[in-house]
Amino acid sequence: MRAMVYRGPYKVRMEEKDRPGIEHPNDAIVRVQLAAICGSDLHLYHGMMPDTRIGHTFGHEFIGVVDEVGSSVQNLAVGDRVMVPFNIFCGTCWYCARGLYSNCHNVNPNATAVGGIYGYSHTTGGYDGGQAEYVRVPFADVGPSRIPDWMADEDAVLLTDATATGYFGAQLGDIVEGDVVIVFGAGPVGLVAAKSAWLMGAGRVIVIDHLDYRLEKARTFAQAETYNFTEYNDIVLEMKKTTDWLGADVAIDAVGAEADGNFLQHVTSSKLKLQGGSPVALNWAIDSVRKGATISVMGAYGPLFSAVKFGDAMNKGLTIHTNQCPVKRQWPRLFEHVRNGYLKPSELVTHRVPLEDIAEGYHIFSAKLDGIIKPLVVPTAA
Amino acid sequence: MTYTPHKPPIAESPDELRQRIPGWGVDLDPRDRPSVPKLQFQEDFTGAHWKFPERQPEKYPRERSVEHGMLTPVFGTAQPPSGVAGAIRRYAYHYSEGRAAHWLLLLAADRVDAWEHHLKSFLTLRPDNPITETGVKAELTHHGLRSRIGQHRTDLKHQVLDPVIVGGAWIAAAGAVYSGARSVARSLAHVGSDAHRPVH
Repeated sequence: MRAMVYRGPYKVRMEEKDRPGIEHPNDAIVRVQLAAICGSDLHLYHGMMPDTRIGHTFGHEFIGVVDEVGSSVQNLAVGDRVMVPFNIFCGTCWYCARGLYSNCHNVNPNATAVGGIYGYSHTTGGYDGGQAEYVRVPFADVGPSRIPDWMADEDAVLLTDATATGYFGAQLGDIVEGDVVIVFGAGPVGLVAAKSAWLMGAGRVIVIDHLDYRLEKARTFAQAETYNFTEYNDIVLEMKKTTDWLGADVAIDAVGAEADGNFLQHVTSSKLKLQGGSPVALNWAIDSVRKGATISVMGAYGPLFSAVKFGDAMNKGLTIHTNQCPVKRQWPRLFEHVRNGYLKPSELVTHRVPLEDIAEGYHIFSAKLDGIIKPLVVPTAA
Repeated sequence: MTYTPHKPPIAESPDELRQRIPGWGVDLDPRDRPSVPKLQFQEDFTGAHWKFPERQPEKYPRERSVEHGMLTPVFGTAQPPSGVAGAIRRYAYHYSEGRAAHWLLLLAADRVDAWEHHLKSFLTLRPDNPITETGVKAELTHHGLRSRIGQHRTDLKHQVLDPVIVGGAWIAAAGAVYSGARSVARSLAHVGSDAHRPVH
């Protein structure tokens, strides 16, 4: 089969690989119809995530058709069209039993601090991902769901991570009616988080980024106020001014490990790999909110330490809520929101990349060319 | 305002927001939010029909975190550890996730892995090609200049470092090989010229 493979920092290509096989009785093999490149894939692409091995196939956002099932699979059959959450999870460990599917303890031998994720290095379990013609899907009775007939493919693929994560991020903010919510990052996750903040009753939603075309999307997709932080000497001070010197009630970090805005932070993390991530957005979030506020972090960081302003967080009495999104837990409510037109994930898609052009797709996304927001990957066999 | 008891007023009322934003407030009640509260016992176990899953066969000694009490019942089998990078990785897994050594060794192994595979690729019919694999030709086809010039992009300051990350090690290695070869050639020439000198 054809698959995207990692060849080292900033280098990927399409290669012929063996089609994956059933390795566990509850595995399924899914023929991928549509995949996506996630902003967090860029952390792998840039060589930031420890234990990203040469030959690894990325891709944790994908939909497809069940091509083969293991002997114990009961809930899916060959031919079913499925959407697969980015979390690999067993359904019955201590964490899964309580709905923390992203923290499953039965799928990732390489680390206890993170669960299993498709195509996201060996630090998340060593599973090849879905930017390929076929992918192994463990615990087929637990993770995947059949795609509802009414749902568009592009909506379905974006519900496997970006949309669910953005919606989850707004929930982590504990938003109450009338809250002022700042979202750092106008990528797909930040845009959904901003839109979701309204659904949860925010009184004002502000999105901050440095890419004008993404801020334009924040105004049209999420009806948010926008600030380009490069236009201000000090974005934290600007947030204080615009909130009558109180600060926001909630801040959402939808940027994560490669935040820009501080050259030293960015270079020491993204380029030199001396930090788990550049916490510029997180530090701005800490300083932009009022005392006693809540910070939501679902931007992805690596496992190494990061230079976070924890003193300010402590002295301000902040509540910091974090996690990778347990995707399947979001789906019933999110399906309603998509069906009602409150959330339109497919509006975020800007590029469709054939598998053979995968290197160009990654470069365009990494270098932020051509107004890119969300690229999809189209495997040829689909 | 901030220095008095009441919160600064919001410009729009809930009714105005409901008019302007489709779906405003539909999840106002935390009971409508799927991840609130964080821990909720899932009576249906999300479709699982086991208490503990069957174990996936371990076909090679699978590296695992020392913070795990056992090998997890299911695991990925992509890219088993191999070569020098594999040895470093196996060693890294002797350290817990709480130790920087664990992660720094894994990052070092990643770089060694890349070098091993780049060198191996030269023995194949498809050697690594930094032009095609970086996708840099998209600069010409997807508005490389227009996407940068006149934009308020702060990432342009460090994007110039990217070619150094990709090509710097190759250039340094080529320089080292050239310099080493020149030293060897000079030494040989020196030995050769010494051989013609009369011995007293």
